[in-house]
Amino acid sequence: MTPLLRHQSIILLILRRLRAPLILLICILSLSVLGLTLAPGVGADGEPHHLSFFHAFYFISYTATTIGFGEIPYAFSDQQRLWVTVCIYLSVVGWAYTVGTVFALLADRNLQAAIRTQRFLAAVRRLREPFYLVCGYGETGRLLCGALDQLGFRVVVVEHDEVRVGEIELHSYHADVPAVSADARNPEILKFAGLTHPNCVGVIALTNDDSANLAIAIAARLLAPKIPTLCRAVSADVAANMASFGTRHIINPFEKFSEYLSLALHAPAAWHLLTWLTGLPGTTVERQRDPPVGEWIVCGHGRFGRMLIHAMDRESAVSITILDRDAPDELAHRWVQGDGTAAPALEKAGVRRAMGIVAATGNDVDNLSIAVTARELNPDLFVILRQNHFANRSLFDAFDSDVDVVPSRIIAHECLAILTTPLLAPFLDEIKCRDEADCAALFDRLTGRFGWQVPTVWSERIVPPRAPAVHQRLARGATLTLRQLMRSPSNRDDELACEVLYLQRDDGEPVVLPEPDTEIRPGDQLLLAGRRAGRRELELTLSNEHALTYVLTGRDLPGGWLWEKIAGGEAESTSR
Amino acid sequence: MNLEKVIFGFFILLAATLNFGFFIGDLDNPTHHEIYELFAAIVVSLIATVLKLGDRTQIGAVHLSTSLVADLQLLAAAMVWGYAAHISPHGVTPEMIARVVSLSGGALFANVVSVVILIAETIMQRR
Repeated sequence: MTPLLRHQSIILLILRRLRAPLILLICILSLSVLGLTLAPGVGADGEPHHLSFFHAFYFISYTATTIGFGEIPYAFSDQQRLWVTVCIYLSVVGWAYTVGTVFALLADRNLQAAIRTQRFLAAVRRLREPFYLVCGYGETGRLLCGALDQLGFRVVVVEHDEVRVGEIELHSYHADVPAVSADARNPEILKFAGLTHPNCVGVIALTNDDSANLAIAIAARLLAPKIPTLCRAVSADVAANMASFGTRHIINPFEKFSEYLSLALHAPAAWHLLTWLTGLPGTTVERQRDPPVGEWIVCGHGRFGRMLIHAMDRESAVSITILDRDAPDELAHRWVQGDGTAAPALEKAGVRRAMGIVAATGNDVDNLSIAVTARELNPDLFVILRQNHFANRSLFDAFDSDVDVVPSRIIAHECLAILTTPLLAPFLDEIKCRDEADCAALFDRLTGRFGWQVPTVWSERIVPPRAPAVHQRLARGATLTLRQLMRSPSNRDDELACEVLYLQRDDGEPVVLPEPDTEIRPGDQLLLAGRRAGRRELELTLSNEHALTYVLTGRDLPGGWLWEKIAGGEAESTSR
Repeated sequence: MNLEKVIFGFFILLAATLNFGFFIGDLDNPTHHEIYELFAAIVVSLIATVLKLGDRTQIGAVHLSTSLVADLQLLAAAMVWGYAAHISPHGVTPEMIARVVSLSGGALFANVVSVVILIAETIMQRR
């Protein structure tokens, strides 16, 4: 894709290619008109009569376009008819040539590419809302774009593969998703896709090529240093390289999952809470079995296996047996050489007394085969399955594993959590340090109130643009507590269907799970979780003076200046 | 020598000369102004316009605009003539001829600008 310069519009490009047929048409028409004015004819009274230019042009116009009104103003002489016969054939040739050229031009691949590119540029330039620039529309990109679209964000996609770009048009997004098929490693392309656009609020590099993600990260760092960049990186070298120039969010799906698993082994309740809070919007989380401690078998000592073992080693109660086709390359763990898909090797690794098994090879069929065989040998086994390709998901759905590791889904979760709710990460860090029983109680309470469906998690800030009504009231010196505020504006006896999880003060320590009596101050940032309706109602309370007054006092404010005067006067007179 | 340049220059110059030929003479004397010459001027001017289409330079854009002006003026002149000859009850009167010729005079000015640009461009390139 090389976009045209500003003054090279598509129309001029087309006209340039149409020069020859247009000149031919002009020549044919003018020759016909000229000939017709010269051909001798006969008038109504038998006098010799020549057609004027006006009549000749009129006649040729309707003859050349095959409309044919007949001979005007008088019946033609034979000389005129002879010339008209020539004109008819000439004009047919002229039109056929012109129309043929136009169609050939419209079918031209290069021209179509140029038109698509221009359209994309115009669409990006016209974006007036905040948008995210997503590079790479693979499985992860698709999940993330869908989720961002559902949350009401605009997305611009740069994808190398033309087929996938075509897919975007077929996918039913709420908002238009401008997409271009181009190489995101080229910084010019990123600029055209809106990297330096004032409304670009984030760059997300999700291509399955680490070096391309690196190129995007460095382009974003230099061209748009202020906006956050999220990068997928599978290899540690690239991740270190990205970190070296200040890429803030580097996501390695395997490392992320290893962290989760280590958390799950050591604090299952915190892990449940985390999966529930960071799920993809609109999905339902199922109650999962807690991963047991004890003996574990890890099949496949690849990138993922290594990282997982590293994370599990932190738990003293877990002992690991590695099962791999290759000879041992480390001595810290028990190593069984063999094929995990066959029962004998699994038996040798001790599958009957093991508590859990991880099928972590790079081959989906092998992983499934390992899982099925292992379950047959030991039905109580906790099975963690690595899914490499999204296309195989129906197979993985059919097998009832305890945890599916899907890299694309992990990355999408992580991106969403970082982008939409920056307060979520510190909250989760706090939760991880909490007592196990506290976490379990909190989780039961929240799922009891809001159900198992993934909740809406969002941040609010008590600043004039977000919460004008509350901010004004606080500025006038009123004090507000969370208990007062978290009431439904439709009926204040009802509690709002959302809960404050975390409160960040402008000055001072953040409060995790603030008490209902906590006071709200201007500039506070809140992390909330709840139902979508709760969010809408809270937004109303925060921004609408009338709704706020009702929520706080139960009194309906009369609307309008006059009524307020009257009501104010009455209130004063009664208080006197 | 570039054949394309020759054709380009030929049409621009021919448009100007034909236009001049039609314009010259007493303003309101029909015998001084030949209708076939006006027709030829219009056709050549249209061809010159199409030849200028799609030039991407700044000078090309000015070229195109002068041609469009000339076309507009000449077509207006032709329409006035057609109106006088066929629709107006008085026929081709000296006043009508004066209108036609003055319109073509405007076109002549645009054509002169076009020729000047052509010369300037040639001198600029020094090849």
